[in-house]
Amino acid sequence: MARQRTPEGPPPPPAVQKLRIRYAKRGRLRFSSTRDFARALERALRRAGVPMAFSAGFHPHPQISYANAAPTGTASEAEYFELRLTERVDPAAVREALDEALPEGLDVVDVVEAGPGALADRLEASDWHLVVRGADPDDVRAAVAAYLATERAETTRTFKNGPRTFDTREAVLTMRVVGVDEAGCAILRMVVRHTTPSVRPDDILTALRAVTGFAAPVPPLVTRLAQGPLLEADDGVADPLATDREAVGPGR
Amino acid sequence: MSGESVFPALEPLLEQVSKPIQYVGGELNSTVKPWDVGGDATVRWALMYPDAYEVGVPNQGVMILYEVLNERPDALAERTYAVWPDLEALMREHGVPQFTVDAHRAVGDFDLLGMSFSTELGYTNMLTALDLAGIPLHAADRDESHPLVVAGGHAAFNPETIADFVDCAVVGDGEEAVLAITDLVGAWKREGRPGGRHELLLRLARTGGVYVPAFFDVTYLPDGRIQRVAPNAPGVPWRVSKHTVMDLDAWPYPKQPLVPLAESVHERMSVEIFRGCTRGCRFCQAGMITRPVRERSITGIGEMVERGLAATGFEEVGLLSLSSADHSEIAEVTKGLADRYEGTNTGLSLPSTRVDAFNIDLANELTRNGRRSGLTFAPEGGSERIRKVINKMVSEEDLIRTVAAAYGAGWRQVKLYFMCGLPTETDEDVLQIADLAKRVIETGREVSGRRDIRCTVSIGGFVPKPHTPFQWAAQLGAEETDARLAKLREAIRADRRYASAIGFRYHDGKPGIVEGLLSRGDRRVGRVIEAVWRDGGRFDGWSEHFSYERWMAAAEHELTPQGVDVAWYTTREREEAEVLPWDHIDSGLDKEWLWQDWLDALDETEVDDCRWTPCFDCGVCPQMGTEIEIGPTGKTLLPLTVLGAGRAQMVEAAAGHTH
Repeated sequence: MARQRTPEGPPPPPAVQKLRIRYAKRGRLRFSSTRDFARALERALRRAGVPMAFSAGFHPHPQISYANAAPTGTASEAEYFELRLTERVDPAAVREALDEALPEGLDVVDVVEAGPGALADRLEASDWHLVVRGADPDDVRAAVAAYLATERAETTRTFKNGPRTFDTREAVLTMRVVGVDEAGCAILRMVVRHTTPSVRPDDILTALRAVTGFAAPVPPLVTRLAQGPLLEADDGVADPLATDREAVGPGR
Repeated sequence: MSGESVFPALEPLLEQVSKPIQYVGGELNSTVKPWDVGGDATVRWALMYPDAYEVGVPNQGVMILYEVLNERPDALAERTYAVWPDLEALMREHGVPQFTVDAHRAVGDFDLLGMSFSTELGYTNMLTALDLAGIPLHAADRDESHPLVVAGGHAAFNPETIADFVDCAVVGDGEEAVLAITDLVGAWKREGRPGGRHELLLRLARTGGVYVPAFFDVTYLPDGRIQRVAPNAPGVPWRVSKHTVMDLDAWPYPKQPLVPLAESVHERMSVEIFRGCTRGCRFCQAGMITRPVRERSITGIGEMVERGLAATGFEEVGLLSLSSADHSEIAEVTKGLADRYEGTNTGLSLPSTRVDAFNIDLANELTRNGRRSGLTFAPEGGSERIRKVINKMVSEEDLIRTVAAAYGAGWRQVKLYFMCGLPTETDEDVLQIADLAKRVIETGREVSGRRDIRCTVSIGGFVPKPHTPFQWAAQLGAEETDARLAKLREAIRADRRYASAIGFRYHDGKPGIVEGLLSRGDRRVGRVIEAVWRDGGRFDGWSEHFSYERWMAAAEHELTPQGVDVAWYTTREREEAEVLPWDHIDSGLDKEWLWQDWLDALDETEVDDCRWTPCFDCGVCPQMGTEIEIGPTGKTLLPLTVLGAGRAQMVEAAAGHTH
């Protein structure tokens, strides 16, 4: 009589090292979703020969955890994931090999060995950069001023459980037009605290429209420049991997 | 300017559509070449798979041609897919043309637009693409500024229903054919395009390997049947031959399979282990039109797997063919690959496995340390009698023995594929599927000692196809198909001892009737396709977009004035003497042999696989100057170190670090 099968052979080799990796989502690959990235990453890790650790069982998965990914359609200079390995590696060599194995536009920026503490806890806020296309920069400035003058600015987004209305204003720590690009489009910067539900740039734009009546005729180009621990005095966010670098030491 | 990127105009639209990643290209191993890479006479191909990106991007045919063409210094090839209605509407609003995903060039700028038709249900998507590209829908309205529209793929074996819309069609293997066409188009461009579009088409037609519908006239008898199909231009042969690549090892494509970012229907790399099939299943168009069998050698397969995995990083390899377990060295291939990739979390699969070719050693090899979730078999016919009619030589005992072995070795779920509406079929033949499924469960419970085993019966309507012994057969009507399927469902549900263990999936009969119309139609059906498209018909292979009522209304309107109707094309049995719309397309099969095989089917007489028995004179080998190419070669796969290229540099010890 047949019994329940269990995988033959020894259990998978244990993880001996954890890396924290920062990557960028640029150009046309800003249209990739988190799932698209995950698929591309797993294949790139195999191509590059990175000694990934796998979970046990009949359907082993590489041990990768993703942190606070930017929405589909949003470019980013600061996306993060953690990766467990079965052999100790040189982070700089992994950075180079993995960057080479990923498609152009998904670029590995930084690789460090993980120190103590959870990465997710350090991702307190994001620094966003928006190019507001097709609108008069003065109109954008006026809308920003009106938005900042309110105490609540609500938006409604559809979640798995249905539509939900929430405030965006409180999460917005700073918001200002910092300049105009060569095409004459206003460049909007904002630092937004990570909350639940997360307040995304498109939520803020929807709320902005509700509060001020301002709507960009073309969706703005949105880029996350950084995410990490909040700095004092509205001074943006710090590098979340700095702690790891200090703990483990550079050049490993 | 010709060849310029339309991406700046497209990009803002992508913010507003679902799954924008499918339109941006940039896949690993994709290629973008300069527009003038081969000088003024550069031959530029846009290759289209006329369905959604997620279906089209893993298509092996397109991937092979893309690579073969891009390897040529004087040619370039880019890919384009059907855009979903949300993007189509925005493209129309903003004047953005049909584009390639590689360099986002306008499809209308290319010299040739190659269309790969795996199924007839992509025809309306072709019209959307032509219209968005600014190419006149009718070949007769095009001039020198428009690409040549070339149809290929299995559906092109009857190109008549789309004769109005395509400039030419190529049947059979594409690898050598696209290179020959590229040579011809390149030469004509270098000569300064003498005689314009007409002269180019004439040169193509005169090769005998390219079908140009405009150079053939069709006349009809008063009762609607075809009287004659005859060439109307000098030097154009009466029949057009299919192309056959003989040595698969000489064509190890794709070498660098595309790795899409978007999720696709096949999340794996495929290696074609042989082409063609001589099992002789009478319903199977693919098996008939791809004869003879040509195997890739075990060493050739090993090299393609090795090179492909290194180029892609895929975690699963499918060993592709029409009946993969029939490769003469399949045991050595699977064992060799399983050994090589042991411990690398690389999966192996055999997508098409016959019940009789399946053996438990092979299946164990494939799932050495993986899940044993489900196995799929295709008995196709429910009764012993109907399986003789279709020449699917599997006995009930074979099937029971096979599933017993599978359940005994740890599999919990078996899927069984069947067809409904096969020639001579009665309710009784189909109802026997219920008995078979019950026996499968009973056997499974017995050998496994468990109650949690399952069997899924999956069934769809049979559509008779050109170039098969069933090309003369009457298709079962949609209502009759549905009624028969309802009876089967009732029979499965009736027995409470098994009902909960048997799943039942079926496709209703309506799409099959449209597919039947398009499969065995002639030039008069072109108007129906166009009318459906003008009425908004798109993505007919998708149940949420398909509208049977729209097709029937258009057919009524367009076919009635021509004296025919849908039933005439689908549920009508043909006589031996009738001129079939595709008779002038030479698949290599002898029409007399096909007719004899049809009579054998009605007689319930089976015919063996000619790989292992004497020739039955189907006509392919002598007429095409080909022969069966199979092993065994006696070679084995040597062990291989399958580390990724960068691993040695990365690991600390090797890089000179110490702990």
